[in-house]
Amino acid sequence: MKRREFLKSTAVFVAGASISVSALDFIDPKEILAANPDLRWGFLVDTHKCVGCGFCVKACKIENDIPYDANVTRTWVERYVIKKDGDVVMDSPKGARDGYTSKLLDQNHSGMLQVPDEEIAQAFFVPKLCNHCATPACVQVCPVGATYQAADGVVLIDRTWCIGCGYCIMGCPYGVRFFHPVEHVADKCTFCYHRISKGGNTACAQACPNGARRIGNLKDPNDPVTVALMTQRVGVLRDEYGTKPQVFYLGLNKEVR
Amino acid sequence: MKNHVWRPLFVVIAIVIGILLFRAFYVPSDFGAQERGYTFGYHRLSNEQEWKDYPAKYKGNDYCNECHDDKIEELESAHHATIPCENCHGAAFDHPDDPEKLVIDRSRGLCIRCHSELIMPSSDRNDIPGIDPAEHNQGEECSECHNPHNPSLEDM
Amino acid sequence: MVEQVAQMIVHGEAWTVKDLFVLPNEYVYWSIQIVMYPYMTGLVAGAFVLSSLYHVFGVEKLKAIARYALVFSFALLPVAMMPLMLHLSQPFRGIHVLMTPHFTSAISAFGIVFMTYACIVAVEIWFVYRKFIVESIHRLEKLQNRNVLENLLLPFYKLISLGCMDISEKALQADHKAVKIMAGIGIPVACFLHGYAGFIFGSVKANALWMTPLMPVIFICSAVVSGIALCIVSYYIFMEMRKWAAKRGKNWLLPDAMAHGNATMRVEELRSVQEHEVKISSKYLIIFMTLAITLEMLDMIFRGYTAVKSWDALRMVIYEHDFMKIFVYQYGLGNFLPFLMLLWPGLTTRRAVIASILVLFGVFMMRWNVVIGGQAFSLTFAGFMEYHLPIIPHNLETFKEGLGGMLAVIFTPFIIFYFLNMIFPAFMTDDESH
Repeated sequence: MKRREFLKSTAVFVAGASISVSALDFIDPKEILAANPDLRWGFLVDTHKCVGCGFCVKACKIENDIPYDANVTRTWVERYVIKKDGDVVMDSPKGARDGYTSKLLDQNHSGMLQVPDEEIAQAFFVPKLCNHCATPACVQVCPVGATYQAADGVVLIDRTWCIGCGYCIMGCPYGVRFFHPVEHVADKCTFCYHRISKGGNTACAQACPNGARRIGNLKDPNDPVTVALMTQRVGVLRDEYGTKPQVFYLGLNKEVR
Repeated sequence: MKNHVWRPLFVVIAIVIGILLFRAFYVPSDFGAQERGYTFGYHRLSNEQEWKDYPAKYKGNDYCNECHDDKIEELESAHHATIPCENCHGAAFDHPDDPEKLVIDRSRGLCIRCHSELIMPSSDRNDIPGIDPAEHNQGEECSECHNPHNPSLEDM
Repeated sequence: MVEQVAQMIVHGEAWTVKDLFVLPNEYVYWSIQIVMYPYMTGLVAGAFVLSSLYHVFGVEKLKAIARYALVFSFALLPVAMMPLMLHLSQPFRGIHVLMTPHFTSAISAFGIVFMTYACIVAVEIWFVYRKFIVESIHRLEKLQNRNVLENLLLPFYKLISLGCMDISEKALQADHKAVKIMAGIGIPVACFLHGYAGFIFGSVKANALWMTPLMPVIFICSAVVSGIALCIVSYYIFMEMRKWAAKRGKNWLLPDAMAHGNATMRVEELRSVQEHEVKISSKYLIIFMTLAITLEMLDMIFRGYTAVKSWDALRMVIYEHDFMKIFVYQYGLGNFLPFLMLLWPGLTTRRAVIASILVLFGVFMMRWNVVIGGQAFSLTFAGFMEYHLPIIPHNLETFKEGLGGMLAVIFTPFIIFYFLNMIFPAFMTDDESH
């Protein structure tokens, strides 16, 4: 290529690229979504609205046949108490299946701890569930293809194929997976796939009296969850792992683990 | 006896062929990389439908409304209207066929899920009227004084 | 509601003690069997590498122990799989790893790498013992009245001879060459087999202690160390047993003699062979130990120096919760003490063996500290989990993932080796070996 030709083609390329980049600036994100009308399930948690009643945990356990008294759960609620001196105390007794009814914080082996009322700077609840990540670490590490992501983004487990090695449980940075006490295979939140795929709500979101939990189609620009994501400041949990979680939180702060 | 050194190789090849034959017979035909590709979507396709067919236990207020529309209407103006029926009345399953009657949870434990007083600045829990379960009429069921559907004593 | 209480076991609850803030689903899911798994795989790989030192690099001095290490490595092979089978919640589905391997997972390679490796070791043994197999067929056929064992062995030998009875000089030359090639291919595969066991841990990004690219290399080095150490220890013990048994004519302790009736070994000869082999092997042990310790130290220093978010939790585990296990048992008793013992002038066989036992213990503790230590802190970095090895089993799970399962895994290779010795005498001292 001659030098002149090279310069010319470069100039054309740079000009063309700058036009297309600037053209993108004027496209409304809603239009991009509207042009792509398929399905991607996502979840929005409003931590302000959560009052720690634990009805979601109870409903989830019954809806999905997770033995009620077993100390594993597909969803749970955490309590964060931030003291005026900056210390953070957290607990989640039985995953908050019975709600938060006591000021005592369950520190497991270290026993119960009470933070005096006047020392509390702020305190709040954070519901947790499977993040149905865009690049799920748990699916990547499954040696047999027993756990997978469906086209609509939901991560599921094939109970007839799971060998029970526990690698996915180790691979999940959010601790949402466990061994099902009866099925003896890995288990976790399915976003109530049986309900949402029939147009229903998840059991946890339905049980929530305050609307702290909402499921929605992230590819539908008119879905309330999508609207909230586009108009409000939301955060996700542990994005440093590169899993691109799809459960979004309103009112998340740095103390949340 | 030439090339006896290749004999173990034939045995190994036979083993590999054996495994591949068994695999063809053992692995379900719909197993493979689906829409999310090999990394995230390698699975047995029919499992998705199996999860979709999982039976639901909670049926939602609309289901209750089909028969108990009077109760739902009565509840609408009350404080507790935001609480779904099944939270206290229990999951519907196939009610009224099975179970014929739902067992209502009237325990104190249910009420104090929200109404045990906690100091929770920066959470809506702070705005809910709360009591100290250890001091507030201990041993008695809340429903003895409070109407669960409209618990404010002033409204009664 | 459905009654499901009957057989309800939360996997991990029996042996996990949680402290402070731990997520509800967090338990020590990978317990003793996952400690045993890399340990046993490491022994397999290490024993094979030791045997290859002679077969590939022609370290003549290791001739006798090389043959023993090869057969012992084969006896260890099925046992490397055993901890996994004991660990799986669905052991009968273990075959799925071969049926639908998902290669983005480190574990999926297990089925294929393991099979490849097993084939290589089997083929190498076949070439090493081919002459012996053919001779045994001739010898057994000539026998007038064979006992039960000999009646079993003859058809078996005929089967594994693969119909090849040629033991001419030219054929044996070809065998010799094949052994060298198989051992040569075997070294990288053995390293891969074990390196990927390290990769299983090193690639878990959710685990702050495991996630390091050094993990596979550390695993390979410690594998070779533990493999050589086990060969030294077991070689010594077997030789002592053979000396003792040969003196008293206790043939049941000499399975090869039982099968082939030629255990006319002289005690003095055994002693000199044993001393020689043990001392030479321990030289190689020191080399690999230096490498392993250096890498482990590098990893530890690097973590402390870079001190990323997880370091606060890791420091608590390393310097407080697991201090004894890491610095006293693993580094102190398991690394530095044997290191000094092996380097001290005037090495005796007994000292080398005791040092090797300590090395075996040290590598075991290293596996323990990686596997259990990696689960000693919560994903939240705000809580800790302690693992209590179930000693007395009260159900199948606490047996499988408890002391019982661990002992089963430790003793099975010796039982296999006993019977394998009848077929392939590992202590043959005549010069038909290659």
